[in-house]
Amino acid sequence: MGQEITVTQLRRWLLAYAARIIENEDHLTELDTAIGDADHGVNMRRGMGKLQERLQDEEQTEDIGSFLRSVAMTLISGVGGAAGPLYGTFFLRAATSPTNGSSVDLAQLTQMFRFGLDGLQQRGKAQTDDKTMIDTIQPAVEAMEAALATQQSTAVVLAAARQAAHLGMKHTIEIEARKGRASYLGPHSIGHQDPGATSAYFLFETAAEVFTKTGAD
Amino acid sequence: MIGLVIVSHSAKLAQGVHELAAQMAGDQVGISDAGGLSDDSETFGTDAFKILSAIEEVWCDDGVLVLMDLGSAVMSAEIALEMLPEQQRQNCLLSNAPLVEGAIVAALHASLGEPLQAVNRVAEAALSAPKLANTS
Repeated sequence: MGQEITVTQLRRWLLAYAARIIENEDHLTELDTAIGDADHGVNMRRGMGKLQERLQDEEQTEDIGSFLRSVAMTLISGVGGAAGPLYGTFFLRAATSPTNGSSVDLAQLTQMFRFGLDGLQQRGKAQTDDKTMIDTIQPAVEAMEAALATQQSTAVVLAAARQAAHLGMKHTIEIEARKGRASYLGPHSIGHQDPGATSAYFLFETAAEVFTKTGAD
Repeated sequence: MIGLVIVSHSAKLAQGVHELAAQMAGDQVGISDAGGLSDDSETFGTDAFKILSAIEEVWCDDGVLVLMDLGSAVMSAEIALEMLPEQQRQNCLLSNAPLVEGAIVAALHASLGEPLQAVNRVAEAALSAPKLANTS
C-alpha cells in the first residue's frame, strides 16, 4: 500500500514551506521588483507568519479536510495581493479531495494537488505559458500523476514533482507574461523569473524533503 | 432597496468612494466598504473575509451589488461570494463597473428603488461615459 501521509506530516510540510518562503523573502521581492509591484516577498512573508502561528497554536485537528481548510482561511486573509486568494483557493479546493479521514495515501495526495490546481485555474483563469504559478504547479501535478501511474514510490513521485516544478519555474524566464501585473510589461517581462512560479516551486521542494524523510517516524 | 459594497486594495480609497456614493444616495441606501486587510487596513490588499462581512452588513432581500477596483479584488470578492449561503449568493452580484463612476451611478439608482440587475446595468454603462465634452 505504501506510505500514508498524516495531518502531522502535512503540518510539518507547511511549516517547512513557511520557513523556506521567509528565508527567500528578499529573493521573491527582487523577482517581483523586476516585473511586478515588489510586494510578493512581503505579502508571502506576512502570510507565512500567520500560517506558522496557526499551525503552532491550533487545536490539533486530525482530519485532513479540516486541516487544509484552516490553512486556506489563514492564507486568504493573511497574505494580501493576488497570492492570498490564489494560494487560499488552492488549499480550499485541495480540502475537498477524497481522504481516509486522518491520512492520505500517495494517490490521494496526488489527487489533492490536482484538486488544488483545478481550483487555482478556475480562480485565476491562467493557462500554462502565461508566466504564473500555474507554470510550476501544472507540470508538477502531471509529473506526479505520470509517476503514480507506473506505481512509483512516494520518494520517486515527489522527486518527479519537484523536478518538473523546477523546470516549469525556470521556463518562466523565457516567456512573456500574459496574466497579472507583469503582463503590462509585455515582451519586457521576458528574461525574468516569475515570482509566483518561484513561491509555488517551494511547495514541491519542501514536499519532496518532508514527505520522503518522514516515512520512519 | 439594494445594498452596495465598495471593495478596494486601499482602505482609504474604499472609504472615500463610500462617502462620495453616500452623498448621492442620502441615507436610504445601505453602503459598506472593504479595503485593505482585516487585521491591518494600512496594508494594501483585499481580504475575502472583510468583503464577506461588508456584504452581510448591508444585506437585504433585494440584493447586494459589489463594486471592486482591480486585479485580486475580483478574486477575493469571488471567494466571499462562495462563502455566502446559496440563497444570498443568488442575490449578490459582482459588477464590472468602474469603481468611482460606477459607485456614484449605482448609489443614485439604488436610492430610486431600482432592482439589482438594473442598477448594475447603469453602473456598468458608466464605463463608456465620456469625461471630456469634446470626446464624443
